[in-house]
Amino acid sequence: MTKSKMWTVRVREATVEKFEPTDILPDHQPAYVTSWIYVAGVATIAAFVSLFITGLVLTLEGPAWWHNSSVGHYFNSVHLWSVELFFVFMVVHLWGKFWMAAWRGKRMMTWITGVVCFLASIITGFTGYLIQGNFDSQWIATQAKDGFNAMGIGAYFNPLNTGQAMLIHVALLPLVLGGLIGWHVILVRRHGVVPPIEAGGAE
Amino acid sequence: MSPALSKHDPSKKWSGPTRPYDLIKEAVIAIVIVGILAGGLAAVFSSPDEPALTLKSWALTDPADFVQTATSELAGTSGTAGYGAPYNTASDGQVLGPLKLQKWAGVRIPINTAKDFVVKPLTILPDAAVQTAVNAWNVGSADEQTKWATSYGDALAKSPKALSLPDTNNSYGPVPTMITYLLGMAINGALDGALTTSDTPLPTDFTKPMLFIADSGTYFPDYAAARHLHGDQWGVMNETGSWPGQSWLWLFSFFYQVEPFKSSENADTWVMGLLGVLSVALIFLPFIPFIRRIPYKIPVHRIIWRNWYRRKQD
Repeated sequence: MTKSKMWTVRVREATVEKFEPTDILPDHQPAYVTSWIYVAGVATIAAFVSLFITGLVLTLEGPAWWHNSSVGHYFNSVHLWSVELFFVFMVVHLWGKFWMAAWRGKRMMTWITGVVCFLASIITGFTGYLIQGNFDSQWIATQAKDGFNAMGIGAYFNPLNTGQAMLIHVALLPLVLGGLIGWHVILVRRHGVVPPIEAGGAE
Repeated sequence: MSPALSKHDPSKKWSGPTRPYDLIKEAVIAIVIVGILAGGLAAVFSSPDEPALTLKSWALTDPADFVQTATSELAGTSGTAGYGAPYNTASDGQVLGPLKLQKWAGVRIPINTAKDFVVKPLTILPDAAVQTAVNAWNVGSADEQTKWATSYGDALAKSPKALSLPDTNNSYGPVPTMITYLLGMAINGALDGALTTSDTPLPTDFTKPMLFIADSGTYFPDYAAARHLHGDQWGVMNETGSWPGQSWLWLFSFFYQVEPFKSSENADTWVMGLLGVLSVALIFLPFIPFIRRIPYKIPVHRIIWRNWYRRKQD
């Protein structure tokens, strides 16, 4: 069969046509998917949803709001605890996938996108700490600048420039992280859940 | 059973037994439970919000430290004055072996501590005495400026609680006047405004006031030490109070606690570089020969998939 020259057809064949409806929204899973470790992945996404919603509220009200409003402080607190939960779930998920050798069966890119999500999350969390507008953010910024400057990165990303950190945290990184998580989930749905090592044997 | 005895190609779609699974229901339940959990933790434990420090709070709390630091900014002996890139060319900064990474991007955030932190803010004061002092500073040679500020700084070091000293030997030039007026500006809050608005009238960049405060000899570092935030107190991952902070930076923080990084003048370069290498290794872990075999050698997967293995045995 000759390949279509139409870009649209090529994109459709490379994306949508790769999936069955039951791949995207499955109503059955392999019988081995019974461990609580699988909950960590969906819990990570759930914490990301909580982060997104609370972050959106904090964004709409502006950076000074939470310092002067008890409601704002509560939303900031939910945002903080969502971050903590997000990382707990993500680390459990990551370790679980390591012990499952979950990169087997053409799932290398699923592993790689997952780790890149983890690293992008660390940067996102860090920029969040920079824009709190309190002593924590001041101290973290003055200490972190030495690390970035030492590598020559500080010339372009200056932790003491609150406006730069705020735009990166609020506008850029949620897009990057959301895109990476989306890509990771699509890969999981595309290749399915990795089978048990003896059941799925070969790497 | 060894991997060689595989019964199913993991790259192929699973064709074995399945069980019912409601993806949307699981996702909704997870979002609700995590939302309740985060909301509950927030209600019980709240979040830290220790007010930011300012040049004003510094000048009011520890004016002698402010005076000594401001004099060091004039003398070119402060941390920022001798920092190197990206602020100035005073030093090479940190290196990684032969690589002078800190210098590679050059001076992209130029800071002249004497001019930016002291002289320029003073020029906005409508006071003849201080303008005379600033003019005297400006017409002085570089050697004279250094001599005035260094002599005054040395004298202040011998009287650590002094806010001003008489110029009995006529060796401090205009420096005592300039520093006294700068302290006044800081106390009434004008210096915070002057430094944050020096580049734009609507500031979002606090580099200048923060570098000035960070040069403090006691006020800023002691304030942080009392809140266990220094690098040798695992401060990279801590935050004020008893909140968990960025606990995911534990490995980053760990390296600052151990030799050879702990005592290295290039600790930041080494730790950042090492974390970079480890991050790349984690990304490409499935390709690393020994590491990729660990899940087979230590069978934690037997616990994860214990129901499956039990079912197979039966």
